[in-house]
Amino acid sequence: MTTATASKTRFVVARTDEVKPGQRKLVDVGGRPVALFNLNGDYFAIGDKCPHEAGSLCAGKLVGLAESDEPGHYRLSRPGEVIKCPWHGWEFDIRTGQSYCEPSAVRVRAYEASVEHGGELVKGPFRAETFQVAVEDDYVVITL
Amino acid sequence: MSSANISLQSNAPVRPGVFGHPAIDCDVHVAVPSTQALMPYLDAYWFDSFMARGMNRTSYTLTGDAPNAPLAARPDWRPKDGRPGSDVGLLRNMLDTFGSTAAIANCIFGGVALHSEDTAAVMCKAANDFVADQWLDKEPRLRASILIPLNSIELAVEEIERRADDKRFVQVVMLVMGQDLLGKRKHWPIYEAARRHGLPIAVHAGSLYHHPPMAGWGSFAYEDYVAQAFSFENQVLSLVAEGVFQKFPELKFVFSESGVTWLPACLWRFNKTWRGVRPEIPWVKRIPADIVRDNIRLTLQPFDAHDPRRELQRWVEQMRSDRMLLFSTDFPHWHFEGTDALPADVSSPLARRILFDNPLETYPRLRASLNVTEAAA
Repeated sequence: MTTATASKTRFVVARTDEVKPGQRKLVDVGGRPVALFNLNGDYFAIGDKCPHEAGSLCAGKLVGLAESDEPGHYRLSRPGEVIKCPWHGWEFDIRTGQSYCEPSAVRVRAYEASVEHGGELVKGPFRAETFQVAVEDDYVVITL
Repeated sequence: MSSANISLQSNAPVRPGVFGHPAIDCDVHVAVPSTQALMPYLDAYWFDSFMARGMNRTSYTLTGDAPNAPLAARPDWRPKDGRPGSDVGLLRNMLDTFGSTAAIANCIFGGVALHSEDTAAVMCKAANDFVADQWLDKEPRLRASILIPLNSIELAVEEIERRADDKRFVQVVMLVMGQDLLGKRKHWPIYEAARRHGLPIAVHAGSLYHHPPMAGWGSFAYEDYVAQAFSFENQVLSLVAEGVFQKFPELKFVFSESGVTWLPACLWRFNKTWRGVRPEIPWVKRIPADIVRDNIRLTLQPFDAHDPRRELQRWVEQMRSDRMLLFSTDFPHWHFEGTDALPADVSSPLARRILFDNPLETYPRLRASLNVTEAAA
């Protein structure tokens, strides 16, 4: 179900109970594969195709961010906020799409994901694409 | 800094050589003619010890540095008597020919390879004193590298500290096959001392032969020579992986006599693999090729290529940098004929970078001593 405003299109991509905290779902946003993540109740969405060889990021492993202030010092932060491509291990920040394998040159697109009530969504003139929106449920909406 | 706005104010005016542009030769060789020549630079204990053990009559020649090999000296650069690199007149003529404002001498005396830390350190100290006394004092264009004992970090640092006040020593030299991989943290006191004194680290072809140069001991000089380039690959990998350039971001490593052309292919593999295993070395925050581009320099000769002019251009394109190569003749070694030392159009910006700008940017002590200033606009 989509609705277009002057400059943006909103896609209803999942019921919230389909993507519980720690889970992810591969969704379709206007024909583009997008990896949707639930991080402790917040939803984040990034382009699913790794810019390297187009591996599906949604099928990757969610890990923490390994960092270091100097050689020999190790620190792991932000558990579950970095997705590693299942094919070659390239890392992407699920919040921003920024890569850690070459931050200045490699990134995937990040999308704005929000939660809206079915009651609000069904008010407008929508075209259902993949599923029916029910008034009583909450939905994840990606804005493109 | 571009060559266009440099004015050279050297005390001794240098005549333009074959390039019509001043050059800085970043790798020439001077030899200790015999261990006997080092005797004046030993203290009483070591003088006595060398004599008692017959060390003054022992030639400490590294296996890879066979003086009679054709490669060891061009016929016109081979002295009538004595070891290649022992004739100051031949060196002067060569500097004149190429219009070299300065040349950096590497004296790789084989005593550096001794297993005794103390004896190796004494050998290095004596060799450095000999170079200062017998070479630097005689030829004002000459600069030198500080030879350090590689099997004792503590004594290596001591030698750097002892030599650092003599600004004619412009870098520290280590062999590409020493005691351990150069990235290892145990070496870092050497790098800290070098950084403190504005001395780049030259990594020169050669081995202490404390470990096999390859996966095992080869049988032939052929293998030994070819395998040097592989060791440079190992060292650049170690330096990057261990985070030397995160710890010492301003420190330059100068790979001398590396062969040069192996580097781009090698970096492709570094980059590709790093992207997948980054968390293992999280201090490496930039793509390895970028780190190498910023911190590693390579002397020009020998330049491994069938068609050096074409390949030099390709190398610069692949490395995306014209800042990495430093002019060298590798005197008296035999890598090219006549004056064909620079496989580039001498009037090109690249040639000027290699001949002069890159060396100046690499060596703070050269910059200071040559009194190079940016001319007023």
